[in-house]
Formats: sequence, structure tokens, C-alpha cells
Amino acid sequence: MAFVNDVRFAADKRAILARLRAVLPPGALLADEEELRPYECDGLTAYRALPLLVALPQTEAEVQAVLRACHDLKVPVVPRGAATGLSGGAMPHEDGVVLSLARFRKILRIDPLARTAIVQPGVRNLAVSEAAAPFGLYYAPDPSSQIACTIGGNVAENSGGVHCLKYGLTVHNVLKVRGFTVEGEAVEFGAAGLDAAGLDLLAVINGSEGLLAVITEVTVKLTPKPELAQVVLAYFDDVQKAGNAVADVIAAGIIPGGLEMMDKPATHAVEPYVKAGYDLEAEAVLLCESDGTPAEVAEEIERMKAVLEKSGATSLVVSRDEAERLRFWAGRKAAFPAVGRITPDYLCMDGTIPRKRLAEMLEAIADLSAKYGLRCANVFHAGDGNLHPLIMYDANQPGELERATAFGAEILELSVRLGGTVTGEHGVGVEKIDVMAAQFTAAEIEAFHRLKAAFDEKGLLNPGKGVPTLARCREYLQTRAGIAPSSVSSDAAPRF
Amino acid sequence: MQTNLIDAIKDTAEGREADAILRTCVHCGFCTATCPTYQLLGDELDGPRGRIYLIKQMLEGQPVSEKTQLHLDRCLTCRSCETTCPSGVKYHRLLDIGRKFLNERVPRPLGQRVVRGLLQEALPRPWIFRPAVAAGQMLRPLLPQALADKVPTAAPGQSQGWPEKSAHPRRMLALAGCVQPGLAPNTNAATARLLDRLGITLFEAPEAGCCGALRFHLDAQEAALADMRRNVDAWWPHVESTQGPGVEAIVMTASGCGAHVKEYGLLLRHDPAYAAKAERISALTKDVSEILAAEAERLKPLLAAKAHPPLKLAFHSPCTLQHGQKIKGVVEELLSAAGCELAPVADPHLCCGSAGTYSILQPDLSRQLRDNKLAALSAGAPKLIVTANIGCQTHLQSGSALPVRHWVEIIEERI
Repeated sequence: MAFVNDVRFAADKRAILARLRAVLPPGALLADEEELRPYECDGLTAYRALPLLVALPQTEAEVQAVLRACHDLKVPVVPRGAATGLSGGAMPHEDGVVLSLARFRKILRIDPLARTAIVQPGVRNLAVSEAAAPFGLYYAPDPSSQIACTIGGNVAENSGGVHCLKYGLTVHNVLKVRGFTVEGEAVEFGAAGLDAAGLDLLAVINGSEGLLAVITEVTVKLTPKPELAQVVLAYFDDVQKAGNAVADVIAAGIIPGGLEMMDKPATHAVEPYVKAGYDLEAEAVLLCESDGTPAEVAEEIERMKAVLEKSGATSLVVSRDEAERLRFWAGRKAAFPAVGRITPDYLCMDGTIPRKRLAEMLEAIADLSAKYGLRCANVFHAGDGNLHPLIMYDANQPGELERATAFGAEILELSVRLGGTVTGEHGVGVEKIDVMAAQFTAAEIEAFHRLKAAFDEKGLLNPGKGVPTLARCREYLQTRAGIAPSSVSSDAAPRF
Repeated sequence: MQTNLIDAIKDTAEGREADAILRTCVHCGFCTATCPTYQLLGDELDGPRGRIYLIKQMLEGQPVSEKTQLHLDRCLTCRSCETTCPSGVKYHRLLDIGRKFLNERVPRPLGQRVVRGLLQEALPRPWIFRPAVAAGQMLRPLLPQALADKVPTAAPGQSQGWPEKSAHPRRMLALAGCVQPGLAPNTNAATARLLDRLGITLFEAPEAGCCGALRFHLDAQEAALADMRRNVDAWWPHVESTQGPGVEAIVMTASGCGAHVKEYGLLLRHDPAYAAKAERISALTKDVSEILAAEAERLKPLLAAKAHPPLKLAFHSPCTLQHGQKIKGVVEELLSAAGCELAPVADPHLCCGSAGTYSILQPDLSRQLRDNKLAALSAGAPKLIVTANIGCQTHLQSGSALPVRHWVEIIEERI
């Protein structure tokens, strides 16, 4: 489905091509449609746009030169890492240049005493942990795509992961970010220490979705590897019981290293690939991890088991060794793409709700699944109330994507009504741009735009993403209210 | 992913297969993480996901040029992406179909056609290949670097010969292969001696030749199918023997050949005269590590009977073994049982850059991969590097002062 970007530019392809040719080495610029097509989408294939050009710089000086040229000629720039994102954050702009950071793949320094690593943005998340492993350290945020996703994108999307319940999101694990504004000016956010002078703009760049600056270097915190980690698999004969069990664990004062949930369709999709040994009869499984010293883990596992049993778990399995623990988690980590085994396409939602409303939400999703006639597998970062319903559809069947999108929008709107948000960790991108209007008022959206303008006055960095234009918000709310957008003048719009 | 294949391909057997493969891909990008060329080049077009997209575009009728050809040529077909893929995308089959379709539309320049033609004709024929290697050794200073690197520096390792009289009731066939007899004749001989000690007679069928993988990956899929049919014909009398029971297995000592022969059934499934036979051949085909693992109970006492000095070695698992045949940890266990210490090797999933004729056709990438692999293999200070495929063996040897051998030779020396 073509995404209608309402922010357009009058770009001159020949002029920008000539400028970029002059500043990039051979092989670092793609201009033919044949080569550009594979860049037309990221992990969200439902939305695609063909860029004018793709630039593949290798040095900060090249990044700076690309940005200056684009800024001079008023050409939009879409930064891109590994393009594993699920909200279309790296989807190109039709009038713009894709700026790939994939060639920035060096780990510049690991400081085991300060427990930090300085890495380029194209370094894979898992590669940071692998490089830190000899020092007994790792990088805690671990998105499911950690094998492939890169640190620059993690910062841009403020990515989460299984361990974020206990160890925080990307923003809590990054000390410093270096990058360039769209004008080509070098900027630094944060500091090597825990607090930097001035406003805390580090929190602004984390999750800025490529709208404020292009990231070229990141200093991350490393965490000591726990002496021991064990995971409890708790099976349930009812998904709602599993949802309630999550709230019970947290209410008991336990903060697990990870607390995840998968329902039956999800375990059925991953088991053939991972062979984790999941019980395929169960309606839902919770993965509840404890980490620390052996004594701490032993004690906590007992408490977890007691709570889970009381919450109605039909059986409990505790990982016996590290290999088994990793195997149990491997299924969860591969769950999204593994659903590709049972459906040609899926949309992955990312709403977040208060934990005590999980059961309610699961019931609603089941009803919506019936209403839209589309299957849905549920994979949740249950511990922090972050939902990932995977809505299955077939893009080759006319109308199915539209149905899937409407299904998703209903889940997100319900998330907001239940006291949550439309995104937990995947970003807004293009996917959730319209439902932003369900969560924020016109005044809030305007405040976002003012912040954007402070960094990027011409609005050239990743335009049309993250924060909707007010016109777009209006149109969305009117459409949802059943009013034809054109029949209402902009003055009459209730909220905008 | 959404697909919209053109009619001309949609209704063919290959078109249906390609469409089904494309539809399993969800574009998650996990594959790029373990793709050797994406790791070196950092361009979507040089990773599996980008190549899948290039093939999709072509099958959807978009214009295609030498640009797509370049990125498909750069693929090693190492299949590391298939090991990583949670969605089960059969990438190598899509690539085979894509390459064939592309060749019909984008002719190669004369120079490339000549080189590919020579490789197709010379490598699978020992009577051309062996004298060529000898000539190459004499003329090394005059050869271009990429080719000079491929010519082994020393004479082929001395073979101690096959067991003289081996007439056990248990019999297995071995594939001689095309380049291996010229470059490493001891590999099959050592396997035969080892199996003889285990009460199994190994023999070769002289009419069999190249497994077909070389031509299959050099734009000559039809010629490759002919190679494959010839081998089926050569082996069939021993499989369905009129004198006593047929062979228990067809043993592969080069994992590249093994991965290919295991696909005879798939590749010949539309040939009514060969489909059933090819399927049977594929089912009988085993890597030598699978045979020895199955005989472990009898092998271990033989290994324990002799005392050996400690030997630290590094094992390079060929892509055709770990990704193609999905055999993991088996060789390592056998070597450990033989008293060898295995040096740790970083990034063991990455290709060494040999990849059949890739080292000749893509010398720059191939050399970078080889040097990275040798650095990883040498990091633990081993005395010896062992591998399981003749291509990897000669390729690694071309850049290493350490000896590079087939692991089965080490086992055989220790009984």
C-alpha cells in the first residue's frame, strides 16, 4: 500500500545527484530504479516509497557533505540503519535521499572499567554484547531483532526488548550520542558521565525517529553479566489467566529479568524453527526470568513459581542450564519472523497498556479477530504491558491489508482508552502516524513540531514521520467520527 | 511479502516455487546479520534480503540489467542466511531460479563467458584439470594473482593408497569428485582405510564424475543436470545390485558435493526417468562425518587403543556442511574423541570465501573473506587447520603457513 506522505518537496534529482557524486566515492551512491527498489521499505513492507537516491557514506565527513548538499537543495533525508524497524521509520521519502549508516560498523572502544562502549551507529546490537562478553559485560537492551538491528536505529527508536523491564530502555543505557544536524553541524547529546550540563537533550534524541539529527556515534553503558539466570516457563489453559498472572507477579513485588507471553498461535509458529520444546497444547506460555547470584535466583524462582501456580498455571518448567535457557528464549526472539511460516504477511502492533488491563485487552483482540476475519498471534513484553499482536493477512488478497490496518487501529485506540499509549518501543514512523491524533491534543502536536523546527527548520529530516501534521490529525479524527473530511471546514474541527 | 509475478513465469513449476518462497519472506532483515558479503559491503543489495527483492522485481517484470547480475554474482551461496532465517525462506532455490531467469535476459560480456566456459569445461574433467594444475605450478609467476592463488604450492599431499584387500559384506560408495583426486588424493584413500578398519568396504564407481555443483552455479544448469544423471546411472547398479545387497550409503568427503548430491531428488523431480532414482540416491547420500558418528561405538575403542601426543587444531566448518547439510558439532565431537584440542574460532558461521569458483570470479571479496577466516582460525594458536571440503581446503591453504587438511585424515592417523 502506498503511504500518502502529505509533506512533499520539489526536488531536482539531477542537481542532487551531481552534488552527491562530487562528495561520495564510487559505489556509495545508488540512482537507478533497479537498485533503489530494494530500499523502498524496512521491516514494515506494507508501506513503501521509492527514494530519489540512496547514499552509502563511510565517514563522518561524507555524512556531513551529504547533509549539506541536501540542505542547500532542500532535499529531504531519511536516515537508515539495518532497516529492521516495524513502524516504517526508515521508509524512504519519494522526493528524498536515503542516508544509510550501514557502513559505520566499527566498535571504536570498550572500556571495561567504566563499563562503556563507543560504537558507530551501524554496529549490530548483538555485536556489542559479543564484543563485551570477554569482560563479563553485555549491552542490556535486547530487541527481538538484536541479531540484525543496529545501535543507531535503537537510539532513534528508543528500542526496548526482553530485558528492559528490569534494565531499562535504550534511553536508560546510552550515555552520549554524537551526530549531525541537517545543516551538517556536529552535535553531541549527553556526556561520558551520568549527567551533562544544560538541558537533558539526550532524552530528546533517544526516540527522535531520525527527525532531529543523523547519529554517527553512540556511547552505551555496559552491564555486568549476572552470575546466573534461569527462566520459568508457565503454561496456562486460558490466555486471560496468563494476562492476570503477569499483573500478579509484578504486584507481588517481583521485577523479573524478563516477563514475556506468547499465545498458542505464536508457539505453534516458532516451535518448528527453534525446537524449544514448548508445550503446544497450552493456550499461553509466560517466560519469567530471574537473574543474580545463585542464592538470589533460587529464592526468587521459588517465589515466582508460587505466584504463577496461584494464578492458575497448569504446569511450570524451569530451565536446567544455560543452553536450555537460551533455547527457551530463542523461540520468543524469533517469534515475529517465524509467524511468516503460517502467514504470508503480518502487521505487528506495539500498544502499551497498564498490566492489570492485559486480560481485558486479550479478550478484545479475540473479538476483533473475529470481527475482521483475520488471525492474530500474541507476543507480549507482558511485564511492561507492551503488546505485540501480530495481525496476519495476505497482501495478495485485495482488501486484506486494509482490514488488517483497521484491526490494528482499533487495538491502538483501545490501548489509549485503557490508559496506555500507541507505541511502546517500535516508534511511530508512518505506521502509527494517524493514531497519534487519538493520543495527543493539537497543542501537544504543535509542541512536537516546535521542537522539530528548533533542530530542522526546513523540515528535511525524515519528513512526514513520527509527528503528524495538524491537517492529517484533523482528517483522521473526522474519518473515525464518520464525517467526510472535505465536508468540514478546518475551523470547525473540534480538537484541531 | 506481496508478490505479483508476470504471467510468463507465474504458471511454470519454477515460477510457482519462486512465488511460494517469496511469500514466506517477511523482510525482517535477520539474514543480513550473518551474510558475509553484507558484512563486508554494507549495501542492502549485497545481502540476502536485498537479493530476494532484486529477484522479486525481475520476476515481476521490472527491467533488469547487469546491476542485478553483479549483486547476484556476489552471493557466495553459502546459505548462512537460511540457517538464520526464522521464516524458513529457501533462499538458495530462489537464487538458482533467479540466476537462471537473469541469464536468459542479461547476456554476459564475452570475457566473462570465456572464463565461465573454461571453468565449466576444465574443472569437472580430471584429465584436463590435473595437467593444468601441474602447468600452473610451473607458470605461477606469469599468472594473474587470483589464479596463482588457486594453484596449490606443493604437489598434492601424498596418498598412502587405498586398502589392498577390502571385501567386507558392508559396502559403501564414495564419490571421487572432480578436483579432489588431483589436489588431495589422500582424502578418499584415508576414508577407505578408516572404514575398512570399521568393517566397511568403500569403493568408487569409475563412471561417476563431477557432482554437477560446479556447472549448476556457473550458468549451466542444463549441463549440470546431465552430470547428475550420469552419476545416477553410474551409481544405480550398485544401489540396486543384482549380486547381493546394494550399498548402504554413498559417502561424500567433500561437503560441497554432499550438499549438491543431497538435492538430486529435488533438482531432478520433474524428470520422470530419473525422479525416483535421484530421490533414492539423495536419501543414501551421507557426509563422512555422519557415517563415522553412526559408527562411533566401534570407532571410539580404536581411537582409545593408541596414545597420541596432544594436537591443537582449528576446525573450519564449510558452509555446505553447516548451512547446506545442517551438520553441526558432529566433526568437532569426532575430533575431540580422537584426543584433539579444538581451538576456539570466532564467527564460525561465516564463509571462507572459496565457494566453488567464487574465488576465481570474485577475487577481491574472496580474499578478504579468506584473510578474515584465517585470522579467526589462527587466533587460538593451532598447529593445524582442518576442514571438510576440498574447495575450502585449497583456498585456506593458499593464504596460510599452517597446513590445511581434511579432518578425516587426522582421525585415520589416530587409529
